[in-house]
Amino acid sequence: MSILLVAEHDNSELKVDTLKAVNAASKIGGDITVLVAGLNCSGVADEASKIDGVSKVLLADNAAYEHSLAENLGALVVDLASDYSHILAPATTTGKNFMPRVAALLDVEQISDIISVEGSDTFTRPIYAGNAIATVQSEYAKKVITIRTSAFDKAALTGSAEVVSIGSEQNAGLSSFVSQELTESERPELTAASVVISGGRGMQNGENFKLLDGIADKLGAAVGASRAAVDAGFVPNDMQVGQTGKIVAPDLYIAVGISGAIQHLAGMKDSKVIVAINKDAEAPIFQVADYGLVADLFEALPELETSI
Amino acid sequence: MKILVPIKRVIDYNVKARVKADNSDVDLANVKMAMNPFCEIAVEEAVRLKEQGKAEEVIVVSIGDKSCQEQLRTALALGADRAIQIDSDAKLGSLQVAKLLKELVDKEQPNLVILGKQSIDSDNNQTGQMLAALTNLPQGTFASKVDLEADKVQVTREVDGGLQTVSLSLPAIVTTDLRLNEPRYASLPNIMKAKRKPLEVIPAADLGVELTSKVKVLKVEEPSQRGGGVIVESVAELVEKLKNEAKVIA
Ligand SMILES: Cc1cc2nc3c(=O)[nH]c(=O)nc-3n(C[C@H](O)[C@H](O)[C@H](O)COP(=O)(O)OP(=O)(O)OC[C@H]3O[C@@H](n4cnc5c(N)ncnc54)[C@H](O)[C@@H]3O)c2cc1C
Ligand SMILES: Nc1ncnc2c1ncn2[C@@H]1O[C@H](COP(=O)(O)O)[C@@H](O)[C@H]1O
Repeated sequence: MSILLVAEHDNSELKVDTLKAVNAASKIGGDITVLVAGLNCSGVADEASKIDGVSKVLLADNAAYEHSLAENLGALVVDLASDYSHILAPATTTGKNFMPRVAALLDVEQISDIISVEGSDTFTRPIYAGNAIATVQSEYAKKVITIRTSAFDKAALTGSAEVVSIGSEQNAGLSSFVSQELTESERPELTAASVVISGGRGMQNGENFKLLDGIADKLGAAVGASRAAVDAGFVPNDMQVGQTGKIVAPDLYIAVGISGAIQHLAGMKDSKVIVAINKDAEAPIFQVADYGLVADLFEALPELETSI
Repeated sequence: MKILVPIKRVIDYNVKARVKADNSDVDLANVKMAMNPFCEIAVEEAVRLKEQGKAEEVIVVSIGDKSCQEQLRTALALGADRAIQIDSDAKLGSLQVAKLLKELVDKEQPNLVILGKQSIDSDNNQTGQMLAALTNLPQGTFASKVDLEADKVQVTREVDGGLQTVSLSLPAIVTTDLRLNEPRYASLPNIMKAKRKPLEVIPAADLGVELTSKVKVLKVEEPSQRGGGVIVESVAELVEKLKNEAKVIA
């Protein structure tokens, strides 16, 4: 078995998702090669070379890969695919974007969002918003898989693999990057944080999210949101936790003014400890909460901030 | 400009799926079914583009057994012009669906295909990207804004770090995210009118696509349930428990 794992990064930093995906790859077994494709990203490749269990890093440094356009990145991975039995990527928005393209071009069905490795061809994955877990077996010679990184621990950074530059340029010429609006934050990323505090429609407006910020600062937490809070324009889309947003599993998840719809639970119910603050004692979020506080959030949050 | 919108019949999003006692699958007997919410957003976007005079025809297609005609009729009531059912009762994977859709794209030659980003049953999030690969077309996935011009389309995408805008040559494939639009409800007169709109049935077997999925479902189980928690009486009690019992804060 030989695994090609496509790294998640932003050209300057390797994302923690990659470390978790390497851990998942180690459970499959065999040599692990990490592909770092981007522009001016040799620093990322050096970082990737330190991940435990990685035997080789391929560096494709080219303007065509700067923004991870699926058409170009997909073509690059397909080009490399013949040497590998498994092609993996974290199920980030980047992985979700280009990996099905790779699968289709290789004439393989992709297995999305695996949460465990049962064997080199058998995996489990959540379906129906996590209300069922399917064990699936791929009969394809090549397996194309995305990894739900919240289900795996990070691999350590004590290795030293060789970095090999590949001179490839796959520019499909079908799409081009126009612009991006990235959310700036000093806080840890949602999917990397060990504490997450999320607000829902109960927060009433974006200004009130400041009530969460003070607590987040004290706990070193990331701030998340429900779909309703994002749809209402309180906070940006990248804060949405849930079935169709980000999946998180921190040590502590605090849900504030969130009712606990199945789509929201799908994104956070594997957190180690869940706290819910909601004024409605009947809110479904209390069914998954380890600690529930029935209270008005506008009274509870300031008190919580001063007492931690 | 012609727009093709593939839609899927799935469990209603308000219903919590239950696993069958024999662990073979999820139990869908007598469960309320509906159009996949992301597909509703796709239909809405296509209909709006038509209303703005940017598109002439909106075609909806669903792959499934006869029951998916119900969702096709809904899409017609929402403003689509005609519908196609690709008839199959096989358990298809996204690759098989994408291959069938490719046959239809070859036949209908749409300028734009708008799909949902994800089915809420399989949670696959693959079909649009696969269709784009098979047709060698550009893709704009997880769209929160679509600007259609004569020869290209600009798509603003919801990505992990925020938003990314890409420009795609036409024809192109777009998949919808939640913020793209708010779908309308079908009015009664439009539901009546939809009954007379054309709905063509094409047997999947006629399209020359291998329909057998090579990913076998060995079993389907309930996820592990969380143990019941406690209700605390005050913020002070909460903080005390988080510090001393759960030990998740210092
Ligand atoms: C296709 C699809 C995908 C979806 N994906 C997601 C997803 O990824 N993530 C997600 O979160 N949702 C998702 N949803 C939406 C989901 O179904 C719910 O609508 C949403 O989670 C509700 O958000 P909420 O809990 O903030 O709002 P509500 O359900 O309106 O709940 C607000 C809560 O705040 C409480 N509250 C109000 N005021 C106060 C106060 N002063 N103090 C304390 N509590 C207060 C109320 O008691 C209530 O429980 C999706 C839906 C669909 C159809
Ligand atoms: N059986 C189907 N018939 C028509 N469209 C489908 C079908 N399955 C998936 N799709 C389309 O592909 C999108 C993504 O589905 P998936 O890749 O299964 O998550 C859906 O929102 C639909 O637009």
